[in-house]
Amino acid sequence: MTNAEVEIVVDGRRVVVPAGTILAAALANEGVQAFRTSVTGQPRAPICGMGSCFECRVTVDGRPHQRSCLVPCEHGMVVDTASGGGA
Amino acid sequence: MTLVEKAPSSATDVVECDVAVVGGGPAGIAAAARAAESGAGTLLIDQGVHPGGQVWRHRNEADLPHVARRWIERLGRSGARVMTQSAVTDATPDGLLRVVRGRAGMSVRAGTVVIATGARELFIPYPGWTLPGAMGIGGGQAMLKGGLDVRGRRAVVAGSGPLILPVAAAMARSGALLQGVLEQASVGRLASFGTSLLRHPSKLIDGARYRSAFACTAYRTGSWIVRAEGDGRVERVVMTDGKRSWSRECDLLCCSYGLVPNVDLASLLGCVIDDGRVVVDDWQRTSVARILAAGEPTGIGGELAALTEGQIAGLVAAGRNPAGEAALTRGRSSWLRFSGQLATSFALRDELRHLAQADTIVCRCEDVPRSRLDPSWTARQAKLYTRTGMGPCQGAVCGAACHFLFGWPADRVRPPLGAPEVAAVAGSAIATDAGHPSESRA
Ligand SMILES: Cc1cc2nc3c(=O)[nH]c(=O)nc-3n(C[C@H](O)[C@H](O)[C@H](O)COP(=O)(O)OP(=O)(O)OC[C@H]3O[C@@H](n4cnc5c(N)ncnc54)[C@H](O)[C@@H]3O)c2cc1C
Ligand code: FES
Repeated sequence: MTNAEVEIVVDGRRVVVPAGTILAAALANEGVQAFRTSVTGQPRAPICGMGSCFECRVTVDGRPHQRSCLVPCEHGMVVDTASGGGA
Repeated sequence: MTLVEKAPSSATDVVECDVAVVGGGPAGIAAAARAAESGAGTLLIDQGVHPGGQVWRHRNEADLPHVARRWIERLGRSGARVMTQSAVTDATPDGLLRVVRGRAGMSVRAGTVVIATGARELFIPYPGWTLPGAMGIGGGQAMLKGGLDVRGRRAVVAGSGPLILPVAAAMARSGALLQGVLEQASVGRLASFGTSLLRHPSKLIDGARYRSAFACTAYRTGSWIVRAEGDGRVERVVMTDGKRSWSRECDLLCCSYGLVPNVDLASLLGCVIDDGRVVVDDWQRTSVARILAAGEPTGIGGELAALTEGQIAGLVAAGRNPAGEAALTRGRSSWLRFSGQLATSFALRDELRHLAQADTIVCRCEDVPRSRLDPSWTARQAKLYTRTGMGPCQGAVCGAACHFLFGWPADRVRPPLGAPEVAAVAGSAIATDAGHPSESRA
């Protein structure tokens, strides 16, 4: 890992991403399909990329329902998604 | 620029300023810079990570186009204070704003408010649009700028409007394998748009330049997405030109149908809204005293229109007369015409109203399928009977979709704006005896 990279934990896996990467993009790059599960149990993922659709919600450092498209990755961030059984 | 690093921790703390600008896209940046340069104590509030809005979204300043860097630097020198990752959740016409930043709520008291909240995409429901891998065109662009790796991914960019070409080009340059680039408008309508473009050279619509980035993929006009298919994610996309249908393997589908002005804050403040746009005069003044609006909320015109309107609003907010700046006033009227042409050229075809099948989800937050919605209802009835538009997005997606599908006008906006987790922040809404103008209009 270089200075220009940060390490986050996605569904229990350690992932190194370029600093400044938006969490939603980092999760998609990591292969996360279901960011959250809808009220009838369907997998959902980002559609707007700008904070208005709420489809990209995940749990960040224990706080549920965070819009991952508005969150820059920070070193040590722990993220749980529906793909990993969380969120 | 002075970044306001810490929000006051108590909900009763109030930050005072002469001018508060809500939204840090081109319109808000120009407004804040010009107001501060004119001597007004100015505060720019934006929910993004960096000021820039949609078109100037960036991870590193080095990635910014020249004009963006110039404006962001100018904002920095202007003396305006900037609060990022901060959302305005409520406001009253006397200039009191509620701002939520993380878990903290705070108040801003402004002499004049400039609404520069931009636009969002119009999503029209089609079978499969809820599958992971299906997103908007601007959404795809935002994800790409946020670091999405599209190398080797099979992508389709479809829908309507001038964002299709630049986003398809960006995807191709970033290594996506384009499987289709589709515009629903017919070639005839686009030709008239192309003619009007000659009078409005703008990089947003510099079609020829973008086209060369994906020369081997056909750009089809008069064509649209019928449905997306796949098991747990998009795997295939079916497209049509109205006569013939074809399908392509695809894992990244960017589809939306133009932009919808964000007028929630303006309607909360009681500003007159007509045809989904905040009504403003030549000086960007809304119908409410000391509330101005600039950029996409007043009508979709793109980056240069936003810069022009933002500058006018900034000058007026600081008590200056913009008439002295002929370039601005001339620019404003020319962009108004452009905005009208945009709407006509990309008028949406009727077939798009019939894409959603009985089981197609319309409200994604509450999973309400098309079959549960009766076109003879109002948006209010749909809320009461099915919870459509009552989930976290508060109708940001389905509201405009239902307006297109059924002609339902937008329902009244209630504070706090934004999500339930925002509402949970103490004081995200303003408690007043007078109530909101939007409430009393019921
Ligand atoms: C997703 C998307 C992607 C786009 N991509 C491009 C592109 O690549 N190229 C292009 O030319 N045009 C693009 N556009 C078109 C774009 O709208 C205009 O070109 C231009 O950005 C408009 O400038 P603006 O200042 O009016 O609004 P915006 O740039 O949209 O800025 C509005 C800002 O207000 C903020 N905001 C909104 N509500 C609140 C609130 N309540 N509290 C705090 N902040 C708030 C938003 O976060 C945003 O930063 C895109 C539009 C969208 C919706
Ligand atoms: S992708 Fe829409 S809110 Fe994050």
